[in-house]
Amino acid sequence: MATVTETERGALTHPDVTSHAEVNEDVLSILSRPGKWWWILFGLASAGVGVLAFSWGYQLIFGIGATGLNSPVGWGVYITTFVFWVGIAHSGTLISAILFLFRARWRQSIYRAAEAMTVFAVMTAGLFPLIHLGRAWHAYWLFPYPNERLLWPNFRSPLVWDVFAVTTYFTVSSIFFYLGSIPDLAAARDKARGLRRKLYEFAALGWRGTDREWHHFGKAYLFLAALATPLVLSVHSVVSWDFAMAIVPGWHATIFAPYFVAGAIFSGVAMVITLSVPIRKIFGLEKYLTVRHFDAMAKLCLVTGLIVFYAYLIEFFMAWYSGEDPERRVFWNRLWGHYWWSTWIMLICNGFIPIMLWFRRVRHSIAALFVISIFINIGMWFERYTIIVTSLSHEFMPFAWNVYRPSLTEMGIILGSFAWFAFWFLLFIRILPPVAISELKEVLPAPYRARKKQEGER
Amino acid sequence: MSAQGTKGFLASFDYLDSIVEAIEELRQAGFRGLTAYAPYPEHHIEEALGYGKSPVRTFTLVGALVGAAAGFAFPVFASLDWPLVTGGKPILSMPAYVVIAFEMTILFGVLATVIGLFINMRFPNLKPIVIYDPEFTAGRFGLYVSADEERLEEARRIIDRHEPSALREDREGVHYA
Repeated sequence: MATVTETERGALTHPDVTSHAEVNEDVLSILSRPGKWWWILFGLASAGVGVLAFSWGYQLIFGIGATGLNSPVGWGVYITTFVFWVGIAHSGTLISAILFLFRARWRQSIYRAAEAMTVFAVMTAGLFPLIHLGRAWHAYWLFPYPNERLLWPNFRSPLVWDVFAVTTYFTVSSIFFYLGSIPDLAAARDKARGLRRKLYEFAALGWRGTDREWHHFGKAYLFLAALATPLVLSVHSVVSWDFAMAIVPGWHATIFAPYFVAGAIFSGVAMVITLSVPIRKIFGLEKYLTVRHFDAMAKLCLVTGLIVFYAYLIEFFMAWYSGEDPERRVFWNRLWGHYWWSTWIMLICNGFIPIMLWFRRVRHSIAALFVISIFINIGMWFERYTIIVTSLSHEFMPFAWNVYRPSLTEMGIILGSFAWFAFWFLLFIRILPPVAISELKEVLPAPYRARKKQEGER
Repeated sequence: MSAQGTKGFLASFDYLDSIVEAIEELRQAGFRGLTAYAPYPEHHIEEALGYGKSPVRTFTLVGALVGAAAGFAFPVFASLDWPLVTGGKPILSMPAYVVIAFEMTILFGVLATVIGLFINMRFPNLKPIVIYDPEFTAGRFGLYVSADEERLEEARRIIDRHEPSALREDREGVHYA
């Protein structure tokens, strides 16, 4: 019978995990012991959300004048941070959908946390168009609804495409995240007691793990992955067209879509590393997140980082090669002008520091990866800042040139957005199993009686 | 499943080859009312139970096609309903609508897949979980056999040969899969 001769799949991916039941014990125990560090971080995150609420409230009362936004720089740190968070959101679906289709086995350990990160990052990103609108109570104008004058949005505008892309992405990534969690919610249900049990019972929708459930579930998951794969690539392309469709020098480039997608995955994977290092340490998940997993993520960072660095260089080259004076000036100005520090932070953090990932010793050092990933996060934020602000502040007409400086209100909101993200992520690791329990078992060796007997005779 | 005279039992197995062999032997002996439980998707069990293609695929296809059609139709309708003439561009700018249609294809495809999945899984399934082993989501496999009373003993003998780690009888037929 074919079953008995099955190979020892996954023996390499998780050498220290001995049985399936052990996975449940290890992962589910995280849910019931928060520990000191969790409370400290949660307290800080909650305080940060307070800063966000206060700053936004101040801006709502005093109007958009509370920010440093003015002509010609009408897009400042809000749009920078919007693009930053949408970018972060990309690696979750990349890991859960694209790597699923490629059958990359190392994804199993990290993908649930990465998917959660995606959902919360889109939730954070989604705040910024509202904040940036100023009159946030008119946000529903973004959607094509039949209003009393039957006035519809302009479907030729990339900003309308963005509404469609980002809301679709939020819906799809939430569905993907929830659906994938159902078997694990059932696993949590079967171990929980009292009120928690009731909640998990409801959330798992009565999952039992029957053959019929698994059969359709597996197929549906495959189709969802196949649909989510082009979606991931499209969303950041659409975000890049918010810029590339305009004739602003420094924005109007055909390379923008692939450049932004690579950058999104680059920053997203870096964020997964940044988040999974402390989770692994605090909850003792060394068995599940091994050095091999970090090595694979580092390689993904290296590849996308190289694409991003190549795009930077091509941008400078094309500016020179185009012979267009405004284009050349913008790029010269990026390197040596008022915002030189932002450009150099971007080049050093995203272009030069990731070169260290070529070395195996660096890829196998968790501490080094953690530090590098934080540099990448910083660099990717400044990349968007550089693109947006240096171009707008230095368009075609010299008399219109001006400098933008973010106000304290904007700083508060940016800081608060990180806290808002952390707030949801910290809640997630207490409520949902942060490691995908059932999917992990797919790569573990299946329990065979025949093998057990052999081992017993030895 | 709880029809007159039909009752069953639930066997738990620690090993994958035990349950797969048990399923194969039961099916050879002509038993059809089998429900297998597994902590993770196990294709050996699906194969032993003789599963074909999942009809979820039709939902996905239809949903995606409807989404694509709607994604083109809606901007066309809206643009004709309120013509916005900008820069001498055509009122119906199809290349721009490709983006909308693309996103709607994905969105409708995904929503239809979820609907198809829930229908096919008979989800949500909030009937009380009575005949069950909480280890099914941890490390154990399970097999529920429902059969006519006179054949139950025969099924029992086949199961016993594969050494189940636990066995529960379902006297009232309260098992809901």
